[in-house]
Amino acid sequence: MLKVFLGRLMTTIPALIGVVAVSFLLTRVLPGDTAAYFAGPAATPQAVEEVRKSLGLDRPLPEQFSRYVADLSRGNLGNSLTTGQPVLEDLKSRLPASAELTLFGLVLSLLVAIPLGITAAVKQGSFIDHACRAVATAGVSLPVFFTGLLLVYVFYFILQISPAPLGRLDVFASAPPTVTGFYLVDSLIARDMQTFKATLAQLLLPGITLAIFSLAPIARITRASMLAVLSMEFIRTARASGLGKRTIIMTYAFRNAMLPVVTTLGMVFSFLLGANVLVEKVFAWPGVGSYAVEALIASDFAPVQGFVLAMAILYIVLNLIIDLSYRLIDPRMGATS
Amino acid sequence: MASASSLLDVQGLTVEFETRRGVVRAVRNIDISLAKGETLGIVGESGSGKSVTSYAVMRILDRAGKIAAGSIRFAGIDLDKASESEMVDLRGREMSMIFQNPRAALNPIRRVGHQIEDVLRQHAQAGSGDARDKAVDALRQVKIARPEERYDAYPFELSGGMCQRIVIALALACRPKLLIADEPTTGLDVTTQKAVMELIVELTRERGMSTILITHDLGLAATYCDRIVVMEKGAIVETATSEQIFARPAHDYTRKLMRATPRPGIGLRDLLPDDATSTPIPPNAPGAPLLTVRGLVKEYERPGVGVLARVFGRRTDPAVLPFRAVDGLSFEVMRGESVGLVGESGCGKSTTSMMLMRLLDPTEGEIIFDGENIGAIPARSFAADKLRPRIQMVFQDPTDSLNPRYTAFRAIADPLLRFGAASGADDLRTRCEELARTVGLPVDLLDRFPHQLSGGQKARVGIARAIALKPDLVVLDEPTAALDVSVQALVLNLLADLKATLGMSYLFVSHDLHVVRLICDRVIVMKGGRIVEQGSAEDVLDRPQADYTRELIAALPHPPAAAA
Repeated sequence: MLKVFLGRLMTTIPALIGVVAVSFLLTRVLPGDTAAYFAGPAATPQAVEEVRKSLGLDRPLPEQFSRYVADLSRGNLGNSLTTGQPVLEDLKSRLPASAELTLFGLVLSLLVAIPLGITAAVKQGSFIDHACRAVATAGVSLPVFFTGLLLVYVFYFILQISPAPLGRLDVFASAPPTVTGFYLVDSLIARDMQTFKATLAQLLLPGITLAIFSLAPIARITRASMLAVLSMEFIRTARASGLGKRTIIMTYAFRNAMLPVVTTLGMVFSFLLGANVLVEKVFAWPGVGSYAVEALIASDFAPVQGFVLAMAILYIVLNLIIDLSYRLIDPRMGATS
Repeated sequence: MASASSLLDVQGLTVEFETRRGVVRAVRNIDISLAKGETLGIVGESGSGKSVTSYAVMRILDRAGKIAAGSIRFAGIDLDKASESEMVDLRGREMSMIFQNPRAALNPIRRVGHQIEDVLRQHAQAGSGDARDKAVDALRQVKIARPEERYDAYPFELSGGMCQRIVIALALACRPKLLIADEPTTGLDVTTQKAVMELIVELTRERGMSTILITHDLGLAATYCDRIVVMEKGAIVETATSEQIFARPAHDYTRKLMRATPRPGIGLRDLLPDDATSTPIPPNAPGAPLLTVRGLVKEYERPGVGVLARVFGRRTDPAVLPFRAVDGLSFEVMRGESVGLVGESGCGKSTTSMMLMRLLDPTEGEIIFDGENIGAIPARSFAADKLRPRIQMVFQDPTDSLNPRYTAFRAIADPLLRFGAASGADDLRTRCEELARTVGLPVDLLDRFPHQLSGGQKARVGIARAIALKPDLVVLDEPTAALDVSVQALVLNLLADLKATLGMSYLFVSHDLHVVRLICDRVIVMKGGRIVEQGSAEDVLDRPQADYTRELIAALPHPPAAAA
């Protein structure tokens, strides 16, 4: 298992090198002049040149790149020109916010989509099956910013049962002591139920927004995969040996149907990372998505590169986990390789 | 029919399936009764409704199927009226079933021991404390060596025969009164078939169980059953004791089925119904050697052996030495001759045919085809070689070996197009129609897709495709294994006729000794990658020299009276 793990880890290195190179080049070819932006609209050409020099942007690209790589190898992602903070610090403080939101959305979505998919497959052609299809289609057709705004309008503005969509906690609450960076977890560790409730209240609307968006692929793949497994011969054996419906569906069918679901989960997670950027904007969420968008608008290279790199690493780690979980689900995986 | 001692009594059973084209009656008004301790065979070809009948008895018909009429009484209970929860209690505890394709019949990602435990617990035959012991005991009873170890195995780690033993253990774990075996040995080797059948017979006798054996093989049913029910197109055509069925088959269909079953002491033409034109098969005079194989070897590296171990490991350590799938094979195929290559799964016969087709590179040895060593041509460039059209292959599964998106015409035209053998679309069409007529495929079926053709028709398309380029050698890989016996009879006769008229040589890869006897001039018996015996079909099959050949022949089912 360790050998497999290390082997898979090695294969991610070329991907990471590619990400570093591409994110560097992309930020350079984007329109907009960093020096001009930071010198201000009233700056003279000389002033702009001076800023350019101080940022090292007057050097040839290969030299800029080698300096960037050298910094990276020391763990230095550069400084953000907009916040004035090291990018690493910014990411560290903001990444947990995004991760908590994305994971919360994903878990919500799984809690609904998997039972929905299973029921739709078991009761093929029933009301639930049609409902599953309708919900899935609706969820994927609505853009996240629209769903987000709609939820805010209904639950905050009209019904007034939801707190103001202004970040991770309302202004009167204070963040729990940092352990994991996830407020839900940290507040539980601190046994601070008040903060836990406040966090949950803030998380709920953006979380539902993301969940609705990711419901469709998970529910559909669960249904399709369950249908395929339910028509397999070992299910007939299980029925012929008198196993109960519950055992057949959960222990026999669902475990076998899980592989494609887990595969989709990886893709859904990456969709969610993308959708996050918009949701964070709508809900004023202090996450990495909104941070990166702001930096991009300001032609602030270092945070954008740092963001792309962080997302790439996150995605690679996630896929690694998925690959390894295959082996836990399906014993045949270890034998064939 | 119904008697006081009958365990199962089926009266007027009709099963219907709802399909897109309306309601299909798979089983029509059948009566079956089974006494305690009796073994009943249900015999029929595909589509006869024999499996559907058993699913109806177990009440495990799929969603589209329903019992439309009739009654099923089992040990005093009306199964057709029983609720699902009553059925769940009965299944596995009072009545069990074992299936064809044992590996697929087991949950692939659950340890076999746990699967047996699931059944034991479901029927409250074991608690959490003794479940493991009882499961191991169930494994021991089906004669699995080292049951404690096998308990933790997954189905993919076990052989087909072993998986079937597990399925039997699963079915018999709760000591049911009735066992339904649905083609339990199809796809297993003859020696494994014999072992599995004997195990079933022994266990059911010992426990005084009643058994229903569902099979397409009349010989197998007659060997192991007291009584036989013959089904055709959803109806029962004949019910009689095994001896009666073989000695005096009453119904035409039974006679036809019996005739079509390959058995010793008959010729190819004897398989066909009486009214078929029985022109004698032209005798062939084998000519000069067409294919000569010398010292053919195929080695595979063992998985998990590192490069260092290969280089520095002791060359005598069997764990490090590569695995020899084919180990020094030498034989000849003459022009116009048909050679049978027989052996059980894993004996290397498929690897050999792949190498002869040049789909696989041999590790050592020569393959001399018409004077040229084609073994030296790498597999990847052989497809474009000038000798390629002269060697063709017919595959085991007529369905899987046809592109589902190609019509029969396109499939047959494929080799002609690839080798530019046709000039223009009209010529291509004419030649394909000619080929279709040669193999007895109605020309108006040429524009159909594989799913619109029957098994026999698909087999004919596969054969037409193989002979399209007028090859000298055709490798036939179990070409009739997936066909019903009556269709097999037709296809075998067609193959024999084609060989005579086109002057081809056949290498007939098969595990069915009866079929090999009918169609082959010479037979090569393989075991563990080596030839154990070769000679004329008569010599090898009637006067076997090697112990292994004798073992194979002894494992064939021996019906009570082999009268035709």
